[in-house]
Amino acid sequence: MSDATQIAASAPAPVATAESPQPTAVAPGTGAAAIKILARDVNVFYGDKHALKHVDLDINEHQVTALIGPSGCGKSTFLRCLNRMNDVIDGCRVVGSIKLDKADIYDTSLDVVQLRARVGMVFQKPNPFPKSIYDNVAYGPRIHGIAHNKADLDEIVHRSLERAGLIKEVHDRLDSPGTGLSGGQQQRLCIARAIAVNPEVILMDEPCSALDPIATARIEELIDELRENFTIVIVTHSMQQAARVSQRTAFFHLGDLVEVGDTEQIFTNPKDGRTQGYITGRFG
Amino acid sequence: MVDQHIVRQFDEELDELRATIAQMGGLVEQQVVDAMAAIARRDDLLARRCQEADVEIDAMEDKVEALTLRMLALRQPVALDLRAILAALKIAHNLERMGDYAKNVAKRASALAHLPEVGAVNGIVRMGRLTHGIIKDVLDAYAEPNVDKAVTAWTRDQEIDQMYNSLFRELLTYMMEDPRNITACTHLLFVAKNIERIGDHATNIAETVYFQEKGTRLQGMRPKGDRTSYAVVTPPEADEAS
Repeated sequence: MSDATQIAASAPAPVATAESPQPTAVAPGTGAAAIKILARDVNVFYGDKHALKHVDLDINEHQVTALIGPSGCGKSTFLRCLNRMNDVIDGCRVVGSIKLDKADIYDTSLDVVQLRARVGMVFQKPNPFPKSIYDNVAYGPRIHGIAHNKADLDEIVHRSLERAGLIKEVHDRLDSPGTGLSGGQQQRLCIARAIAVNPEVILMDEPCSALDPIATARIEELIDELRENFTIVIVTHSMQQAARVSQRTAFFHLGDLVEVGDTEQIFTNPKDGRTQGYITGRFG
Repeated sequence: MVDQHIVRQFDEELDELRATIAQMGGLVEQQVVDAMAAIARRDDLLARRCQEADVEIDAMEDKVEALTLRMLALRQPVALDLRAILAALKIAHNLERMGDYAKNVAKRASALAHLPEVGAVNGIVRMGRLTHGIIKDVLDAYAEPNVDKAVTAWTRDQEIDQMYNSLFRELLTYMMEDPRNITACTHLLFVAKNIERIGDHATNIAETVYFQEKGTRLQGMRPKGDRTSYAVVTPPEADEAS
């Protein structure tokens, strides 16, 4: 972990808490959805650069939250805050409060490895380990000691591949290298690997940007199925994708969270002119 | 005004869509004016010209449909663009219906030109003038665009309904006075109904303009004034006899 990572979650004055009045940027509660992750006054600095400014955002349980915005707007930075991936970046400093089920994830006593088992991640480019399909999925359960025996592990691998919609295509070649699969299959393998440790939240950083439309459609269908069991946060450059897969959409611009609301509202009647400009293709 | 799109062609298409609606609106407005003039002046020739104008309006509706279909498929519009495109589609449909009603008025004007004159024509002409004013206002509200103007026009539809109510009673009275009036009065009754329907479509346009600009529906119930469905008029003779 980088020494530069400083956490001021327990700092007094500016840190908003769950009890604080809701800032205007946060849409009023959408139905009865429980809040899984509560981010308040989150700021990220890369050296002197203030990359993310005073972000307040609720991530609802069993919903897909899409983060959209132009390049460099801070959406990926925010995503990486949610499982402390920013810890590994030199000169990166996160200030503010992020709570997963009411527990501060930047608490110094918290085990980051455990956190990342609870908050899994899928990246832009499929990145299977140079191992067999089986070992890719079994990797997490093994290091976290989730499986008690070989039968357990087999069961977990099988179920994860099934949930990721890949089992039919790979059941007879689990020993083949994961890197031999097609791009879309590799990405589903990475999703299977992420869900094998039974996380609560899955973060996805442009998971379809390297895939063709059919593989993309499969992943999108999968995302919708996965939200029954997981809470999903997805960063995407495709606004159509955000519109298709998410229930809530948050628009970031120049490090600010400009607007967050029900996806339908954001794409039919956004409140902020900047959101309107971005989603309708009017940004200079 | 909102910024330009990065893809300039999209702006050009939206402009073309708006221009087509404006042009179509102008044609419908003229058609309504002509149809009413044909009634007022008992002008069969104008009535026929007015009926022919409907073809052009129908063609423009087809053009709006083709444009919107193309834009939905190629631009995948969202937010205000999506609302503008849907609004254009709906308004074109409303205008086309208004054109049909105006055409029907013109047909009846042809028939009326060959029938004895009935006194109620003045009331019809007044109703037509009021409706024309509302059409003009909703089309301006769309062109500017101006939500306040749309809302004002929306509430004025009640005046048309009230005029229709009194015309309905007046025409029934003429018919009871002299059965020879029945043919002309029945035509005028349909004319009045057509004008009332034109007014309803104009208020739909006002609602669409509101939605296009605000992204929400126009709240509250519009005061509805057409009570003719429940009207009963008893002939004076029957009163005396009883």
